[in-house]
Amino acid sequence: MHNIYFLIFRRMRRPLLALVLTYAVAVLGLSLIPGQDDAGNPWHMDLFHSFYFVSFMATTIGFGEIPYPFTDGQRLWVTFSLYATVIVWLYAIGTLLALFRDRSFQHALTEGRFARRVRQLREGFYLVCGYGETGSALVAALTERGHRVVAIDIDPDRVSLLQLESLRQFVPVLAGDAARPDCLMQAGLKHPLCKGVVALTNIDEVNLKVAITSKLLHPEIKVICRSDSLDVEANMKSFGTDYIINPFETFASHLAVALQAPGLFLLQSWLSGSPEYRLQEPVYPQSSGRWIVCGYGRFGKAICQRLKREGIEPVVVEAHPEITGMPEGGYVLGRGTEEKTLREAGIEGAVGLVAGTDNDANNLSIIMTAREIRPELFIVLRQNRMENQAVIDAVEADMVMHKSAIVANRIRVLLGTPLLYQFTSLALHQSDAWACELVSRISALVTSHSPDIWELRLEPDDALAVCRGLEQGRLIQLQHLSADPGDRRRPLECIPLLLKRDGESFMLPDPEIPVKRGDRLLYCGRAAARHRMGWCLQNIHALNYILTGESVSTGWVWRKLKRHGLLGRSAGESRSGE
Amino acid sequence: MNPEKVVFGFFIVLALTLNFGFFVGEIDNPDHHHVYELFAVVVVNLVATLLKFGDRTQMGAILLATSLVAVLQLLAAALVWAMAVHVTGSGLTPIVMASIVSLSGGAMLANVISVVLLVIETVMLRR
Repeated sequence: MHNIYFLIFRRMRRPLLALVLTYAVAVLGLSLIPGQDDAGNPWHMDLFHSFYFVSFMATTIGFGEIPYPFTDGQRLWVTFSLYATVIVWLYAIGTLLALFRDRSFQHALTEGRFARRVRQLREGFYLVCGYGETGSALVAALTERGHRVVAIDIDPDRVSLLQLESLRQFVPVLAGDAARPDCLMQAGLKHPLCKGVVALTNIDEVNLKVAITSKLLHPEIKVICRSDSLDVEANMKSFGTDYIINPFETFASHLAVALQAPGLFLLQSWLSGSPEYRLQEPVYPQSSGRWIVCGYGRFGKAICQRLKREGIEPVVVEAHPEITGMPEGGYVLGRGTEEKTLREAGIEGAVGLVAGTDNDANNLSIIMTAREIRPELFIVLRQNRMENQAVIDAVEADMVMHKSAIVANRIRVLLGTPLLYQFTSLALHQSDAWACELVSRISALVTSHSPDIWELRLEPDDALAVCRGLEQGRLIQLQHLSADPGDRRRPLECIPLLLKRDGESFMLPDPEIPVKRGDRLLYCGRAAARHRMGWCLQNIHALNYILTGESVSTGWVWRKLKRHGLLGRSAGESRSGE
Repeated sequence: MNPEKVVFGFFIVLALTLNFGFFVGEIDNPDHHHVYELFAVVVVNLVATLLKFGDRTQMGAILLATSLVAVLQLLAAALVWAMAVHVTGSGLTPIVMASIVSLSGGAMLANVISVVLLVIETVMLRR
């Protein structure tokens, strides 16, 4: 902010000096030139009057010759100073206007406003670097959940795009280079309430630089980076970046899970879906048979590696093996969009096809051609651009890999519900049957959309009544938390997925387990259940009713009466009906 | 030699010397204090203030502050003079003259500080 004042002062110095000097000369001259009063006596205008006269003359408000008509000598001087002062005024005002329209001044002004807004943040916030497809999806998801976000992007067009977006929270945004530490600091990297930095630019080197800067300047915060290549990923890991998300590897591991345990894959996609996500049918890719992978770029390589680990030897189709590198097991030369290439790769006997080139039109063409030959193929499609969503939906592939969506979804889970992130990693060690059972339990709770996921921490902020009850030494079991506060025999429509206590995690904890203060819980279920659960957590009377089946008389008079046995049995017991 | 520094030093010192010229003499005697001298002091002080604009150093900030004080005092003195001569019509009585001169004396003190700071800065310049 200070810079702006100095800029104004610095630029205005010369016009203002010219103004003062011209005024001084005009005032002095007018007071020195002899005049005549109305009686014809020689008369000198004093300094006060000449200053007054010059003031209104200079701004050309219009004037008469006061207090006496001027002599010719005075008129000559006034003519001269009139032009001089008007020109100086125009110069000064022109400079000021030019200053306001100046780009650097405008930039300084917006930067100052941005820095002030970041300084004034009073809640924890995340710093998102890069507002492309991934960044915009993430910012929308985070603000939807009530998190505060500060964004940086190098492209002013994308910055104005964000300002047009109607987000639930106000998002301060800076048009600047995230690779520059001063930009990051301006965006609140050293702010004590900064909870995490997310580097999502499409250049790996910039993400790397953001990660290093954040780790050096504010070591305590979470740093999450997107990385498209393995060596940058290793580099990021070397200095302790908390989470590195490689969209290709992530999707390849999804595919591996789907091959191995379709139930587990379904569970994962249901739980980590965004609130608008519609529940999808399970997919059953064949884990034995021939798979064809078109495109041997970063995506194709990641997929091939995973398929080999699952015991499948994929057939690679690649048009430019000299650029991408030769796959070990040989390859078929071509794009895969022509029937000839696909037949050469053995499409007649194949069970799965991965259309993984970096061109959406080619990918769609591959799928159309392959389906004509073999309609029952399991199809994995790589989507490169957001704007092709309509055609991608129309082709109805079995699995779609969209880079930005994968990264945004993963980070949303990571920041919004960290326990869910742990849960899905732990679930990988469970059997497919376990997952199928859980999926059927969840599908009984919800309708067409993905279930609500929420976290709970048994601390006075989140659960005042429960904490107070525990302090009084009462036994509160996990099942009590999910009992309906209207009718305690009926459980709410939710499932506790994970209980975390003193660094230990319990998957699908037993309902009889007594809870302790400081426990962290992960629930999934209906949104309505989440709201009703708040009663038992926060309201001591609701909790009391759930624990004992009685509603206690709360007023002073009722308590007195009850203590003296005047009231007999209280009304609450008849309500409990037990 | 930096021509900017010459102009800068010139105006700061000139502001002090002119101010001193107006200030000396019997405090309540209008004959010892000419109004044109006051005019010159005001103009030169304004110029000196403007010259200090846009300096980001700590020294620049203090120099600007002293100049603003001097300008404020001198404008007050000019206002008193204009009021006495033209508005109330009491003329330059000893009481009025004394207050004008003492106001300019305050401005002179601020100008002295300015010059002292300038000298200190110059002395501290390492070659």
